[in-house]
Amino acid sequence: MTRLLPRTLLTPAVLAIAIISIVPLLITLYYSFVRYSMLAPGEHDFHGLANFHFFFTDGAFLPALKNTFVLMFSVMAITVVLGIALGLLINDAFPGRAIVRVLLISPFLVMPAVNALMWKNMLLNPIYGLFAHVSIFFGATPIDWLSEYPLLSIVMMVSWQWLPFACLIFMTALQSMDKEQLEAAGMDGANYLQQLRYLYLPHLGRAVSVVLMIEMIFLLSVFAEIFTTTGGGPGFETTTITFMIYQQALQSYDIGAASAGALFAVLLANIAAFFLMRVIGKNLAK
Amino acid sequence: MKRIASSALCTALFCVSSASLAATNLVIATVNNGHMIEMQKMGKFFEQANPDIKLKWVTLEEGVLRQRMTTDIATKGGQFDVMTIGMYETPIWAKKDWLMPLKPDATYDIDDLLPSIRDGLSLNGKLYAAPFYGESSMIMYRSDLVKKAGMSIEDRPSWAHIRAVAAKIHDPAKGVYGICLRGKPGWGDNMALITTMANSFGGQLFDMKWQPQFTSKPWKDAVTTYVDLLKNFGPPGSSSNSFNEILALYNEGKCGIWIDATIAASFVTDPKQSKVADKVAFAQSPIATTERGANWLWAWSLAIPKSSKQPEAAQKFINWATSKDYIKLVAREAGWASVPTGTRKSTYASPEFMKAAKFAAAEGTAIATSRPNQSTLPPSPYVGVQYAAIPEFQTIGVAAGQQMSAALLGKVTVDQALAVTQQAAEREMRKGGYYK
Repeated sequence: MTRLLPRTLLTPAVLAIAIISIVPLLITLYYSFVRYSMLAPGEHDFHGLANFHFFFTDGAFLPALKNTFVLMFSVMAITVVLGIALGLLINDAFPGRAIVRVLLISPFLVMPAVNALMWKNMLLNPIYGLFAHVSIFFGATPIDWLSEYPLLSIVMMVSWQWLPFACLIFMTALQSMDKEQLEAAGMDGANYLQQLRYLYLPHLGRAVSVVLMIEMIFLLSVFAEIFTTTGGGPGFETTTITFMIYQQALQSYDIGAASAGALFAVLLANIAAFFLMRVIGKNLAK
Repeated sequence: MKRIASSALCTALFCVSSASLAATNLVIATVNNGHMIEMQKMGKFFEQANPDIKLKWVTLEEGVLRQRMTTDIATKGGQFDVMTIGMYETPIWAKKDWLMPLKPDATYDIDDLLPSIRDGLSLNGKLYAAPFYGESSMIMYRSDLVKKAGMSIEDRPSWAHIRAVAAKIHDPAKGVYGICLRGKPGWGDNMALITTMANSFGGQLFDMKWQPQFTSKPWKDAVTTYVDLLKNFGPPGSSSNSFNEILALYNEGKCGIWIDATIAASFVTDPKQSKVADKVAFAQSPIATTERGANWLWAWSLAIPKSSKQPEAAQKFINWATSKDYIKLVAREAGWASVPTGTRKSTYASPEFMKAAKFAAAEGTAIATSRPNQSTLPPSPYVGVQYAAIPEFQTIGVAAGQQMSAALLGKVTVDQALAVTQQAAEREMRKGGYYK
């Protein structure tokens, strides 16, 4: 009885969550096994594994898989390293620290599509972008970033967007550093590098895990930056799994293949999350 | 499953439709380019004449519009009463029975429509979309630069001659590039131009067995020519330039030769926006071995989806917006140089228009010589000049466009790009059940 009551009270919430998350998944599962092209609506006849076959043998699939991981891990590495550096920089009090902190956070509040357009037109444009002006000033030929180094450009944009998030987490984590321990280390003659190695970084371990977890979930589904700047090109250079699913659904109007791709993406996210959980779970349990 | 989806949709639509008032709301989906924006301004005249109809505009960028419309029409959403569709969609959607055949009134004068445009928008002799404006492609060049180089560009020059002229007038130090061409990937962007190039080399998209022809010799020659022209005599960043980007460059006086939509002529000759308005001359598109399909044909047109809730009001609006009177109305309100062109013989018969638009003759010739049902030298099973009017073409065109831009950037060779395109095209055709 005592067990039953809380469970009964929980059912509406559990049901709501189930409906919100499970039903779309079931619909996707159904679509992935039928022939469903928006250009030929009608009966959804059973298609077997053909949708999966077409998605996995698409010329874009392998490059997309590679790009998804390259994008994800590069952004994670950049945000963690730079985030820790910035966090340490603004950890000590200095005049105007509050303003600097607000400025640091602001990129996170910019919408992804706006961020991409800003980079594309104001910074990276080979004729009138800021980077072009800088290189002309130094007598170099401007680089056409989005066509020469498309994936790198996307990595820059997404990193810029996510750096504040990482920085914010590290900043708050550093607030809880044991001041006495730091003082004692200083008294014992530990230099800054040693303090960093034995005090700061171990202390930040948990924060790093959190940043990696959350970023991974969001970075798997980066879309707006690619859509507004390169459209997945040139060739397949910036096509990710997410972008491929979009292309199948809304450029080829093939809901079946797109659903198959979406299921694969779910699987991918779960595998990645599983490994990450194990690694980080150990870390958090310490 | 289907029932859940459709009932959810119905609920959503019910909420939308129950909000409508006594006056008929006519929802029009349209594309965000100059002539369409003009049409929205003119809408007030239609509303004055028909007080029981209120126009509601949904204006979107071309790609997004296409997605929204396709999704709506395929799921029988009924969000739109009038759709702005291109020449590519019209025969496909008509065949699928998604569109209502148009019934223009007696004053409409349907025989006044240009034959090639009318053909492209009809199925089995019935008109399914009324052309709002039509376009082909042609050469727009700087007569001053070409003259200074001691050369000339006639109608239908050879690609080799275009290369020679571009080489002569290419002067990056002075900020003038020999030739500007579309490079942005997309079936309506770079592929529109490249396909007409391939046609002029005697190529085609598919042979009579529906086998894609991207690895054939004409395609190789055409793409090699295209890459060579832009690499040597084009502006930097060509791979992200499409119509609007090049228009801006041209108006700044940075392009010697530009081969693109005839509609551009009205902008580059407009002194209000072009620095070189008085130095532009026109010629018919270049050829290699054949005139067939060397210049594209396109029309943005208005159609009524089967799911339209207001078919009568929709037909009324289409009659008004694509009539001779509408063209006169725009001429009165905005000047003859701004009227939507490329749809009616009467427009080209108007002396005021011919005087106001020095490009009119070249544009008229280009549209008249472009024939969607006879666009390639070898016989082809499809209709369309720079596209094939089959549902599978969009995917193929998008994939091809990406490969062409990669080839232009030198990331892959022309042969590799065409081989990848061919593979993607064959897959798509197999998926579509054209062959095993």
